[in-house]
Amino acid sequence: MIKDQEYLSKKASYCLDLAKKLGATNSSVIVSNSISETVNFRNKKLDESNRSDNLAIGITTYIDKKKSSISSSNLLKENLDNLIEKCIDTTKITPDDEFNSLPDKDLLAKEVKDLDLYDDTHIKNEDKIEYLTRLEISASSNKKIINTESSFTEDKSNFILANSDGFCEGYKDSSFIASSVTVAKDEKSMERDYEYTSKCHLRDIKDAEVLGKLAAEQTIRKLSPKKISSEKIALIFDKRIAKGILSTFANAISSSAISRGTSFLKDKINQKIFSDEINIFDKPDILKGLGSRNFDSEGVKTDTLKLVEQGVLKHYLIDTYNGKKLKLRSNGRCGGTSNLYFNKGKISFKDLLNSNSRCLYLTETIGHGSNIVTGDYSVGATGFLIEDGEFKYPINEITIAGNFKEMFQNMTLANDLEFEYSTNSPTMMIEGMVVAGK
Amino acid sequence: MSNFFEKSDISRNEAENIVSDTLNKCDDGELYLEDSKSETIILDDNKIKNSSYSSDLGFGFRAISEEIVAYSHSNEISKNSLKQSSESLKSTLKSTKGTYNHSIPKSNKKYYENINPIEQKSLNEKIEILNKVNDYLRSKDNKVKQVTANFSGEQKSIEIIRSGGETLTDVRPLIRFNVSVVLDKDGRKESGVYGIGGRKSYDSYLKKDNWKQVCDEALRIASVNLESKPAPAGEMKVVLGPGWPAILIHEAVGHGLEGDFNRKKTSAFHNLMGQKVASEGVTIIDDGTIDNRRGSLTIDDEGTPTEKTVLIENGILKNFMQDRLNARLMGTKSTGSGRRENYRHIVLPRMRNTMMLNGNHTQEEMIKSVDKGIFAVSFGGGQVDITSGKFVFNCTEAYEIINGKIGSPIKGATLIGDGPSILKEVSMVGNDMMLDPGIGTCGKAGQGVPVGVAQPSILINKMTVGGTKL
Repeated sequence: MIKDQEYLSKKASYCLDLAKKLGATNSSVIVSNSISETVNFRNKKLDESNRSDNLAIGITTYIDKKKSSISSSNLLKENLDNLIEKCIDTTKITPDDEFNSLPDKDLLAKEVKDLDLYDDTHIKNEDKIEYLTRLEISASSNKKIINTESSFTEDKSNFILANSDGFCEGYKDSSFIASSVTVAKDEKSMERDYEYTSKCHLRDIKDAEVLGKLAAEQTIRKLSPKKISSEKIALIFDKRIAKGILSTFANAISSSAISRGTSFLKDKINQKIFSDEINIFDKPDILKGLGSRNFDSEGVKTDTLKLVEQGVLKHYLIDTYNGKKLKLRSNGRCGGTSNLYFNKGKISFKDLLNSNSRCLYLTETIGHGSNIVTGDYSVGATGFLIEDGEFKYPINEITIAGNFKEMFQNMTLANDLEFEYSTNSPTMMIEGMVVAGK
Repeated sequence: MSNFFEKSDISRNEAENIVSDTLNKCDDGELYLEDSKSETIILDDNKIKNSSYSSDLGFGFRAISEEIVAYSHSNEISKNSLKQSSESLKSTLKSTKGTYNHSIPKSNKKYYENINPIEQKSLNEKIEILNKVNDYLRSKDNKVKQVTANFSGEQKSIEIIRSGGETLTDVRPLIRFNVSVVLDKDGRKESGVYGIGGRKSYDSYLKKDNWKQVCDEALRIASVNLESKPAPAGEMKVVLGPGWPAILIHEAVGHGLEGDFNRKKTSAFHNLMGQKVASEGVTIIDDGTIDNRRGSLTIDDEGTPTEKTVLIENGILKNFMQDRLNARLMGTKSTGSGRRENYRHIVLPRMRNTMMLNGNHTQEEMIKSVDKGIFAVSFGGGQVDITSGKFVFNCTEAYEIINGKIGSPIKGATLIGDGPSILKEVSMVGNDMMLDPGIGTCGKAGQGVPVGVAQPSILINKMTVGGTKL
């Protein structure tokens, strides 16, 4: 059983009291517990089971404008006493930073809404095994599939965030995640692909047979890929990778990158950085949302932000420290975005495929080629060649490159937005990028 | 050495009995205990941004029967918690009929000292150096817009208790010092990063104002990038510099030679043992035994002493890297490559220090031989799809080569290639092998472990460069 609110709150207040006694002028603490159980299958047989029970505590102490922090997985009193003492000692010799402080009191979350993030259902390993058996039978029904690996994870967690200004809140959440990775083979090639489903509530996850079938289909269609010549060509990003471009945008508008002057989107507030049709929201209060929350990791309330309105950047993602540096107030984004998404576009998926006589449809990118200082982007990619709206053949061993400043302006979104992840995008087309191949 | 049972309600003896009872009739398994202490001190934007300390304690209990691994971990080293884990393992492995493999090789060799780097240098001294770094860089070049520098240090004590009570221990120090600088020239911004580290004290890396060299290198890379032009797009010849660019080897062939992917036949290399996978003259080893290196280990996380494993010898595939599970199932022995990020994770076969050995060409020869291509000196991260064999890595410092001469610097571009065929495209191997500066972390299945790489300069006949200039 995960630790309850009472246990976590007691630990939290013990730490706050001790920190105060030892000389902290302010302090904050987060105590959390999560228990997760995973079963892994390979080729229709049990491969691994994994149970994990994680306790964690993080404490930040302030002495006026000095700050230091410690973290530990050992919640025994003697260990906490030692660590807090060490934290205070370190705080004393850490130089002042005028921007160090707890969040402004009036910004702290006042109410904790029930966002329906917790499902108490416990599924026994036998039931996970039953789900995975159905999944793998479905995934391996085509002879071209030579290896299947699947897993089912049930995760429950609880936390308390408290600070010396009297904030003390927390709540439970849960997730149920099933995934399938399949390998397909033909005379010329071997390819891998995947599908997964992740939800707060057990009853919302994808059906086992559907998940297995999707993974297998997505893998088989990649077989016998070709390499194409280098050229400038319109690129269509599958939803599962289009969301990555949205995440890079979020990194580039984090107040830490902005205040350090190391983002290509610095000083772009109220400027048009996307094409007219683009609207971006960050909405924390979606019921059962994978990114939903009542407050950020400092306890600051979170409201829905319209980050981009008709292509114009309206907000940065602001925490307390960087907000004070930028002379802006926190908007509850310490720790990043919540449920981040592009509003859906006007054009259908089919019309998007048909908007150019020839284009590439990309299903996977590899590498870490996003530079938020310059906006330069260059990654490896795999996908399909599309001609007259039809999938022609699979493509691999190519790279795609461009600069986000231009990519954002040349973006068209389809009308097929779904909320499958915490960051979500409809299918996306970007024109004017360069593909390097043969 | 940590005494894991000192403050617990369970004695070592009782723990050993639970281990032996649980692993009875299993093929393998162990109780892994870990106590780690780590610190990070960050200077950023002219200020000490963060000083943090972390202590992490826990155990991971593993039972293996045939191919099935049951694992349970917890932070609480207590009778209750260990029994609960034991029950969890037993419920997964209902009817085991194996014979526990007691054999584990022994060695007295140690590749690093039993020190705690965190305690060996005071916080004040570390803060002082970070401030000097900031002042030095900002006074050296007025284009410096931002400086980030950090120290991170760690001491990890582990103990492995096997069925029957056999115990193996190791204490591993690790430090890293990193500097990153952003320059601004007429509104154009570029960055440069450099770092050093390994399994010694901070001072052994920082003596004689060594930190200045780290700053100079970060600044040099950023300055080169300020002058960079768009990179070319398409297939061309690539000369790789010595040292850190060996992450190409790590991505292109290293992961594909890990035992688990080959046992499962999901690696593009699984049916190539004994065959020619690289040009003649290409020898690649994975070595855990180099003193004080970031990827070195005295014993791996299953207790096996590490070794120097020959992966590819003169172009021929010789060995995979193995942990105990995959070695047993493939009928071979562990190469001491069983590693885990920490007690929360299962053991996987992983790389240590992956190195291509010297050939007899010079870098100058290689560059002279190229009509049109690029010279890649430093890289960011890489990634591989081990099934299709396709891998990428990102240049952070690279130049055009035109008619046998080094030309202008080019913007960071991704290079993509095919693992099983790339080493056959190596047409010259240099005589200037270098170790990387001690900064690598390898990710696999969500677990990060410290690794090293090394190589001489090499010439690759054909790779795709992911630039924007057609």
